[in-house]
Amino acid sequence: MGAFGHYLASHFTTLQKEFWYLLVGGVANGFLYGMVAVGYTLVYGVLRLINFAHSEIFMSGGFAGYFLMKALVGTTVPSGLSSIGLIGLGIVAGGLVGALVATALERVAYRPLRKRNAPKLAYLISAIGASYFMFNLAGKEFGRYSVSVPQPYINHAVFHVFGAPVLMYDIIIFVSGLIMLFALDRIVATTKLGRSVRAVAQDAETASLMGVNIDRTIALTFVIGGALGGAAGFLFGLGTGVVYTMGFTPALKAFTAAVLGGIGNLRGAMIGGLLLGIVESLSVVFVQAAYIDVVAFGILVAVLLFRPTGILGERLGRAA
Amino acid sequence: MRAFLRRPIVRRFFMIGAAMAALEVMTGPPGSTEAPTAGFAGSFTQPSPFFGLFSTVRWVVFLFLAVVIWAIVTLWSIQGAAIKRSVTTVTAVPRAATQRKSVRRGLGVVLLIVALILPHVITDPFWQAAMVEQIAVYVLLAMGLNVVVGFAGLLDLGFVAFYAIGAYTTAWVTGALPTPPLFGVDLNPFFAIPIAIAIAMLSGVLLGAPTLRLRGDYLAIVTLGFGEIITIFANNLYGITGGSQGTGVIPHPSIDLGPLHYVWGLTPVPYYYLTIVFVVIFLIAFSLLEHSRVGRAWTAIREDEVAAESVGINPLKYKVMAFAIGASTAGFAGVVTASQSNNIFPSSFTLFFSINILVLVIFGGMGSIAGVVLGAVLIQTVSMYLLHSPPAGYQSADLYIYLGALLILMMIFRPVGVLPSRRRKREIGLAESGEGHMDEVLTGDTP
Repeated sequence: MGAFGHYLASHFTTLQKEFWYLLVGGVANGFLYGMVAVGYTLVYGVLRLINFAHSEIFMSGGFAGYFLMKALVGTTVPSGLSSIGLIGLGIVAGGLVGALVATALERVAYRPLRKRNAPKLAYLISAIGASYFMFNLAGKEFGRYSVSVPQPYINHAVFHVFGAPVLMYDIIIFVSGLIMLFALDRIVATTKLGRSVRAVAQDAETASLMGVNIDRTIALTFVIGGALGGAAGFLFGLGTGVVYTMGFTPALKAFTAAVLGGIGNLRGAMIGGLLLGIVESLSVVFVQAAYIDVVAFGILVAVLLFRPTGILGERLGRAA
Repeated sequence: MRAFLRRPIVRRFFMIGAAMAALEVMTGPPGSTEAPTAGFAGSFTQPSPFFGLFSTVRWVVFLFLAVVIWAIVTLWSIQGAAIKRSVTTVTAVPRAATQRKSVRRGLGVVLLIVALILPHVITDPFWQAAMVEQIAVYVLLAMGLNVVVGFAGLLDLGFVAFYAIGAYTTAWVTGALPTPPLFGVDLNPFFAIPIAIAIAMLSGVLLGAPTLRLRGDYLAIVTLGFGEIITIFANNLYGITGGSQGTGVIPHPSIDLGPLHYVWGLTPVPYYYLTIVFVVIFLIAFSLLEHSRVGRAWTAIREDEVAAESVGINPLKYKVMAFAIGASTAGFAGVVTASQSNNIFPSSFTLFFSINILVLVIFGGMGSIAGVVLGAVLIQTVSMYLLHSPPAGYQSADLYIYLGALLILMMIFRPVGVLPSRRRKREIGLAESGEGHMDEVLTGDTP
């Protein structure tokens, strides 16, 4: 006991003091992870493989948002309705570019292999190649230094939860994350497109016999996942700045979130994202900030070891 | 209009045009966040000589190239079968000859002799250093990763982790780390070899044993994460690794056996011969391994895991074995690099390194030792050439763009590599025609 007990006791005191503050940041991060994680889960559903290039969709959304904000935000920081409008535009831009990149990715790196019925190792390698190609090309075209996004809003504390400030940035992520994840949930559960995505996820061959256009469904799955990933990239960039390698770590964590919730399970990915964001944020109390990424990795390995189907279980092709 | 656009010959033109546009951007000038379109626009509008004939702008050159390639591809699609037939007749005799064991061995010996006299032909110091650090060591690494990716069919994206472990172990036992050395005394790097191999192998087993039960794509992402984690630790454990400042001075290896005294110094050529010796040892070991019981077990698992299990092969055991052998090769390469370069920094162990090795394996041909060696020599030589005398507008970081593109192109057009192993070629062919169960094997879809 002794020293270790003392260590725990002193850290729990810090945890009590900082809990709400860390929780707010954790939930905000969690929404971002969730938005990226659904992209992994959706593609996993229809193709049964991890889209290794999803990190670059996230990155491209970040850059799209950056350039738009740079063009639209002047010297004075906007407020009120113009802030909301700018953020909305940024999300749309990030989503559009994300969807575009995802489509190009599917066309170039996945479809030729699918047409040839290639082994899955080939998909993984071509996706790795695509990811590597894209982020290094971004480095060449946009420079290799991190830049901060011009802020389209004033980042003040909007209200306090048990003494912990909830910043404008957090609110933006909560609201836009909730809207987008809810919309996605409804799209997959109720629309014709959602039904075809689920049908392909359950059994692609039978789905095609029932008249589902598999190529189109897969392309649209990439579009949906890419739009959310790109929008998340914009929101992430707003807080942390953009750089060509920005996708790597958040995407690895989002993947962890997807596995944590049960890969292929849409709501699982959202819940996994939130959970990972919160756990990661609270772990700051116990480990140095430099090792935060190690915590997420430890969670990934632990989940794969002890419950590889995730918390909610793998559920391919079911509405929530 | 739509029907016209859908004709294969027209579609092909647009596809080649798009690929050429991508190439144009890849080779074009860089941009920045201040001028994000400068790179793209400059790629098309910058002046460029038209194959030394007259000067024009870049897009004209690339459009011309696109037309030429399109014409060649179109001609090939019409006449390709006939050309292929005649080429096959011409190459039939040499091909049959190279498949004879004696001829292959002879060829190997000739290549080895060429490798041995090479440092006396090439005396440029840049190239002599590159031959050790960037070519011989990478051949070793590519052979190691080939055991994992090629023989066992497992995608390892964190190969750099084991390389780093080998390098830091060397620093540790030779007393170059802030922590006291393993045995209390500073050892000769030669003694680091077995220790580094053992530690790298152990970490391979520790990482592999839990994760190799899982789907192959999970393994890929776990290894990807592991590679990053190792760098984080190396960067932040100041008291143990020296942090981002790097290690202290790692001594050069030396031999002191009775009348035999030799110290490897700063010149690269002695290291070259040392590395060549180990490359040959690993080469022989791995080709024996390939045709051994273990190698056959890997093939069986790769082709059909369930069937392999039903005849008494324990897939997990053999996968862990492949993983550990790959890891220990990387660990050994880490010893060579650490003792040759004197001190090591966490910044040299990144994802870029892992992907670089993967490209060598994929380009050469997964599972083909000769192919992997050829791939490593070719790609590393080209990348060193680009570093040594860069063409106009080339930045050293552009190499990664080309390597990424190369991975995609190989997977689309020639997944078996330039010098494929016959077995692997057949497997991929069978999988693509719907026979065999390679998919389940590679991703372990069985619960």
